[in-house]
Amino acid sequence: MLRQIITALGLLGLSTLTLAADAVAQTEKQATNWHAIIMFCIFVAMTMGITYWAASRTKSTSDFYTAGGGITGFQNGLAIAGDYMSAATLLGLTAMVYTQGYDGYIYMLCFFAGWPIILFLMAERLRNLGKFTFSDITAYRLDQGKVRTMAAISSLTVVCFYLIAQMVGAGQLIKLLFGLEYNTAIFAVGILMMVYVTFGGMVATTWVQIIKACMLLSGGTLVMFLAMSEFGFSFTNLLEKATAVHKLGDKLMYPGALLKDPVTAISLGLGLMFGTAGLPHILMRFFTVTDAKEARKSVLYASGFVAYFFNVIFLMGLAGILIVGQNPEFFEGGTVGGKLVGGGNMVAMHLAKAVGGNMLLGFLAAVAFATILAVVSGLALAGASAISHDIYARVIMKGQASEATEIRVSKIATICLGAVAIVLGILFEKQNIAFMVGLAFGVAAAANFPVLILSMYWKGLTTRGALFGGYGGLISAVLFVLFSKSVWVDVLGNKAALFPYTQPALFAMPIAFLLAYVFSKSDSSVRARQEIDAFEDQYVRAQTGFGAASASNH
Amino acid sequence: MSSAMYERMRANPKFQELVARRGRFAWTLAFIVLAMFYGFVMVVAFNPLSLGQPIVEGSKVTVGVAVELFMFIFFWALTAVYVKRANGEFDALTQEIVKEAWKENK
Repeated sequence: MLRQIITALGLLGLSTLTLAADAVAQTEKQATNWHAIIMFCIFVAMTMGITYWAASRTKSTSDFYTAGGGITGFQNGLAIAGDYMSAATLLGLTAMVYTQGYDGYIYMLCFFAGWPIILFLMAERLRNLGKFTFSDITAYRLDQGKVRTMAAISSLTVVCFYLIAQMVGAGQLIKLLFGLEYNTAIFAVGILMMVYVTFGGMVATTWVQIIKACMLLSGGTLVMFLAMSEFGFSFTNLLEKATAVHKLGDKLMYPGALLKDPVTAISLGLGLMFGTAGLPHILMRFFTVTDAKEARKSVLYASGFVAYFFNVIFLMGLAGILIVGQNPEFFEGGTVGGKLVGGGNMVAMHLAKAVGGNMLLGFLAAVAFATILAVVSGLALAGASAISHDIYARVIMKGQASEATEIRVSKIATICLGAVAIVLGILFEKQNIAFMVGLAFGVAAAANFPVLILSMYWKGLTTRGALFGGYGGLISAVLFVLFSKSVWVDVLGNKAALFPYTQPALFAMPIAFLLAYVFSKSDSSVRARQEIDAFEDQYVRAQTGFGAASASNH
Repeated sequence: MSSAMYERMRANPKFQELVARRGRFAWTLAFIVLAMFYGFVMVVAFNPLSLGQPIVEGSKVTVGVAVELFMFIFFWALTAVYVKRANGEFDALTQEIVKEAWKENK
């Protein structure tokens, strides 16, 4: 019923274009979808308008990095949810539920469970101690030059891994939608992202995130609602039918292949939970709100949206098993069970088309594209701030750089990161994108999180300990990933993996903590003594927020 | 100047009270989340079949699905509980501490 209404609306509004698109679709499978293009153009026009407006408000470094610190808890909650619910979430996790059932749901709980921990142990301290980047906190009482360099390097590593996942998603999606070459699509995303970030800074990035989060939540809900209507809104009914046709059968609702051994399961859990607490673009969002009160509210709203959306995705994936998985239209060559048109990550898109026609497909595709742009922009801003604020302004210029040059450096850094993202996107075309996000989280958990949490909680942390812990965690996490099957065998073409597990967190995190502890404890220098003494003042500021960076007055 | 402020705040018994009360509350909640989550991960790792049991005889809804849905809701409820108490009770106490430190400053 709703489906007809939506199709009717689509026909009324865009009748000529629909006819044109249908005519093309008969001859060519991946034909141009005008609904998607128009909706995407509306999104781009809107966000360009916002970027133009934001550019006029982005004058100081504080505006550029943290939108002047004046974002409310609710807005920031939406923006965090927007940062966190990437295209990998929408496409990759729906696909994971579609192929592996319950395993996908477990994966989502792992993604979610970090949020309460961030709130209880980190949110207010982050806001009370930090200014622009999380290195402001780790370097608070330690050696600025060395610790910031370390934090910036590990931030950039995480940003690069995460960018790969986003760019690959973008390429696949646009290939399917616009019939463009994969490489052309990658260039388009990279260039649009550069425009948002260089002109609009954090103000534009935040509003792009908020708009996109609203679109994603409403689009996902609509698809889920329409899909569930085909099963009489009965979860039991849906499950019965899905298990009956899925090749896993009853095992669909068991933990299965993804977590086949305990080491992988625990390592994944650790990596996703503490990785969330070490993602530079997420941590940066805590500095955009007025105070600790708003920072806490941000987490409350963000985790609510994330939890809700994960459950929506679970239902979408299950409904996809029946609605997409049984329909020859969505398989190459029309053989059910063969290769999905556009690749395995396209389940969510096909589902939208099946339940809501081209109109809804167009909307969801535009949402997914918007999502990629928004997340890539957030990542680029976090990466650029690590380069300009940490390395350039604090390490090279030792705090003497003018605001104008610092902003200029971060704009140049954004453009360089855009270029890196394009290259990596092309290099990693064939990887599963949800899995790539898992890798980014592993590195964040082992390289960023241990030093950050120790600097806030452990009085005894010294510069030497932080450096060994940070670099130790980073190098071990990267090496574990490099030697695992996903890179050593699949990308580099070697015969056997040197490291038997795909998830690094369980091994790299203890290495980081241990190194930080041992090298702090054994540090008896005068400098270390001063750093330990400086903890007292930092502790009072962390607890009370007295002296914390405040919102600028616009 | 701000170091002297920090010194005064630290000396205020209310500061110790704030730190102790909020710390205890936050760690208790964090412990609940960590214990439940890693308990669940252990079950996934060592006894996956137990999560595959139907919640009632003949149903396709498994224990695993029910447990996970519960955790999504329960963890979010805990964040709401923490935000309510931290933004009310603990923030009021924090403000008192800062105000008293300013007063002594004069």
